[in-house]
Amino acid sequence: MNQVASVATPAPANSITASALRRHTLWDAVLKHGTRSAAITVLLLLGGVIATLVQGSWLSLSTFGPGFLTTEKWNPVSEEFGALAPIYGTLLTSLIAMLIGIPISIGIAIFLTELCPPRLKRAISTAIELLAGIPSIIYGIWGLFVLAPFLQAHVQPLMIEAFAGVPLLGGLFAGPPYGIGIFTAGIILSIMVLPYITSVTRDVFETVPPTLKESAYALGCTTWEVVRKIVLPFTSTGVIGGIMLGLGRALGETMAVTFVIGNAHKIAGSILAPGTTISASIANEFTEAETALYTSSLISLGLLLFLITFTVLAIARLMLLRLQRQAGK
Amino acid sequence: MNESAPMTVGTQRPHLQPRDPAANRASLTEKISVRDVRFYYGDFLALKGISMPIYDKKVTALIGPSGCGKSTLLRIFNRMYDLYPKQRADGEILFEGKNLLDPKQDLNLLRARVGMVFQKPTPFPMSIYDNIAFGIRLYERVPKSELDDRVETALKRGALWDEVKDKLNQSGLGLSGGQQQRLCIARSIAVRPDVLLLDEPTSALDPIATAKVEELIYQLKSDYTICIVTHNMQQAARVADFTAFMYLGELIEFGETSQVFTKPKQPKTEDYITGRFG
Repeated sequence: MNQVASVATPAPANSITASALRRHTLWDAVLKHGTRSAAITVLLLLGGVIATLVQGSWLSLSTFGPGFLTTEKWNPVSEEFGALAPIYGTLLTSLIAMLIGIPISIGIAIFLTELCPPRLKRAISTAIELLAGIPSIIYGIWGLFVLAPFLQAHVQPLMIEAFAGVPLLGGLFAGPPYGIGIFTAGIILSIMVLPYITSVTRDVFETVPPTLKESAYALGCTTWEVVRKIVLPFTSTGVIGGIMLGLGRALGETMAVTFVIGNAHKIAGSILAPGTTISASIANEFTEAETALYTSSLISLGLLLFLITFTVLAIARLMLLRLQRQAGK
Repeated sequence: MNESAPMTVGTQRPHLQPRDPAANRASLTEKISVRDVRFYYGDFLALKGISMPIYDKKVTALIGPSGCGKSTLLRIFNRMYDLYPKQRADGEILFEGKNLLDPKQDLNLLRARVGMVFQKPTPFPMSIYDNIAFGIRLYERVPKSELDDRVETALKRGALWDEVKDKLNQSGLGLSGGQQQRLCIARSIAVRPDVLLLDEPTSALDPIATAKVEELIYQLKSDYTICIVTHNMQQAARVADFTAFMYLGELIEFGETSQVFTKPKQPKTEDYITGRFG
């Protein structure tokens, strides 16, 4: 008892405290300043990227003015550049990707959260995560060598035939089946955004309180009625947030799209025709851009893409924030 | 808005009158007959052969300590357990002569006839009006004027009409807890069920809101067969005509409430209601 007490006397501990305290203070300061500079680096990087983009695109933007956005012509020889075709291609491929990807993604999420037996649920969830992990170059190769020839041989001829002569749709699905083109790029993109939208929607579907769903079932709702009238309204902002994340990905995707879009700087009425997107143009042409104006025009395209995706992601963030506030209420 | 108004004798108004057992027995018909029902959560046997009647237009209370299986039993009556893959029941539950455990039983139809109210109020994220109209629209196509009537009737029966009639278009989530629970009861009634299952409907409510819900239960039993799970023995004594005491998945005692609470036949029941365990 006495021994224990003497071991525990505070006397020697006091002498340690002074230096230990200094060490602690020092480490705390190191930690604080170290992590703060790491965090500030992010802001500096972002600011630097924006500044460089603006600076690099200055020449082109001052030469062409706002007409840069509305000109379709892209002629490196005569040095006339306009961003309309890449903007058109970017928006249209993303639109197609969303039209195909959203219903399938939400369908998968509904199946996973409402109908799927637990064992299958794990398998499908893993498969979706793996799908998200496939490098985009592989989607590009697969799209070029497998999907495009298949579409060219079996799908596009049917579409052309089916819509021939129909007033608006005829033009939309006109022309020879190239295989590669806006439509194929849209399909590849829809596959690529699918895991993103699916996993976000699945997660927000799981935030619906079980008792809320049970209450709807208790009134005699079918699963579809529960999903449509309870789950979707309850999670709408989260679902839209997930869609926006997918859209952000689709807008910026480069490699896979470059492989299958055909890289033609023109706006054809038909979605089966080759086109280009902002990121595909930059990736394709940067090595060839020899003049300052050409380079600057490509950087302007980059700035445009940055603005578009930034807007989309900002909207997504806002919607997710709103959802969280709702859930916290 | 009346939630905070003083409730004097109202708390215990009509239903603390001494019950007349003779009147109770006068016209008893079994609405639901539970016959040797077993229930499994995976491999775990949660109900070990329950048999009991649920009488028509009476309030039956299920009491017992946590985990005794009373909520489990309640959730069998509308087959709510069917939502969960590892849960299953066997035995027989006759509802108007047909076994509702039959796999061929149409679940949506069953649930339209056997309504349920949960422990926590679960208003849907929509307006008060739409909360009530929701169930009606599932089954019937009624013109707007009739729908208005049905919503009003349901809210009146749910003793909520006076408090919400001026804000039917506001979100149901904006109501107080007690109002939300009465909204949920009104929502169940709007579908015109025969049976109303209440799973600890007042455990999330304050005493005044609880009294209002109990009052409502008392009024509703003239039209509905009600089965209520409760942790609160005074509540069972106040609202129920019949009481079933369950323990560890078994039905220990079933009888008229006055008998169960004053002259329990089983020592376990007596231990429980006198607070010696549970």
